[in-house]
Amino acid sequence: MSLFIIKCICVYFSGIGFGLIVNLPHRALNVAGITATLSWLVYYAIMNTWGGLGSANFFGGLTIGLVSVVIAHLKKMPSILFDVPGLVPLVPGGQAYNTIKNLALGDYQVAFNYLSEVVWIAGSIALGFIVAELINKIRIKIKYVSRGRSN
Amino acid sequence: MPDTATRQENYDHLVLNTCVLAGRIMIESGSEMSRVNDTIMRIARNAGLKDAQVYATLTGIIMSGGVKEVGAEVGSIDKRAFDMEKVAKVNELSREYAAKKIDIYQFRDDLVHIDDLVATFPLWLQTLGAGLVSGTLVVVFQNNLPDFWIAFIVGMFGWAVYYFLNIYIQIRFLSEFLAAVVVGALALIAVKNGIGVKADDIIIGGMMPLVPGIPLTNAVRDALSGNLISGPARGIEALISACALGFGVAIALHFF
Repeated sequence: MSLFIIKCICVYFSGIGFGLIVNLPHRALNVAGITATLSWLVYYAIMNTWGGLGSANFFGGLTIGLVSVVIAHLKKMPSILFDVPGLVPLVPGGQAYNTIKNLALGDYQVAFNYLSEVVWIAGSIALGFIVAELINKIRIKIKYVSRGRSN
Repeated sequence: MPDTATRQENYDHLVLNTCVLAGRIMIESGSEMSRVNDTIMRIARNAGLKDAQVYATLTGIIMSGGVKEVGAEVGSIDKRAFDMEKVAKVNELSREYAAKKIDIYQFRDDLVHIDDLVATFPLWLQTLGAGLVSGTLVVVFQNNLPDFWIAFIVGMFGWAVYYFLNIYIQIRFLSEFLAAVVVGALALIAVKNGIGVKADDIIIGGMMPLVPGIPLTNAVRDALSGNLISGPARGIEALISACALGFGVAIALHFF
């Protein structure tokens, strides 16, 4: 349990650290950390209950997409500012490294296993983003149509 | 004294110039393409160019005003870095222009001097950020608490190498490659000398600030929004930098 709390804090700081690298505006840094923590919590919860690698990353990506759009509206800043740091704790860094390592050592079979895992995770996150974007587009459409009716 | 037609022509030129400049800054700072198109078209419409057309790609922008007297403007883009504050600033200026808080002359002036308006974090703070990413992600990914500090330091060194090579030697993928070599070598040396516990974990952490996460996300987004030129181009850029990182680590694993 204490490791879980340490991990939460670590995810928050990883979002802020990545924000420092890509030069986020000062007032966006804290929110970026919170976005990262939220998406990772969703990922962690699904990973440890019923889901596998795919669905956990899918819902993680979906959470980032939705949260960043909402915060972008509240703060009047582009949404890309918040979804980039949110992505950091989901990136399949370990698997990608193991792919390269096994390729370098000549274990092509193992390397391919890791590579397929990387592709699977990246695809799931991307799919989550797509669905979030779709939901956002539908929301804008509904807003537009209802405003057109009322006039 | 210029007559009305010439003055209108000058104004249209200025608007086109401002649009291309805004788009250029956004693409150079790592914005996605649909936002660039959207911002440019909004500026043009607010300035009174109703039939403006824009064609933006990763390496250049072509824009025409849709009026007979003024031709098209071309802006080329050769360097791309990540600077989210510039994206936010252009967005903010475009909002202010739409709300008529600033006029087009002020807008263009601000865009030309955007480097003075937008502050970047100093190098030590960026390096600290890289260390923070490296150290914390070792804990998150690998459940490896003892290696937090050594990954922190290795990540800081890796980022510093990447940063200085990007400034002094402008060969893009070489800086990623050498930074990866440094990260791998430092991690292996640290473990050999008994400072670190697991070399693999430290390398994973140290690489995280260098991994092309934003280009990949943008590639997927651009491709999905129908921009079939910029999406794959960004994907290839991300792929080459990932390969450069991979080769760097592979070489470090061989020699240390």
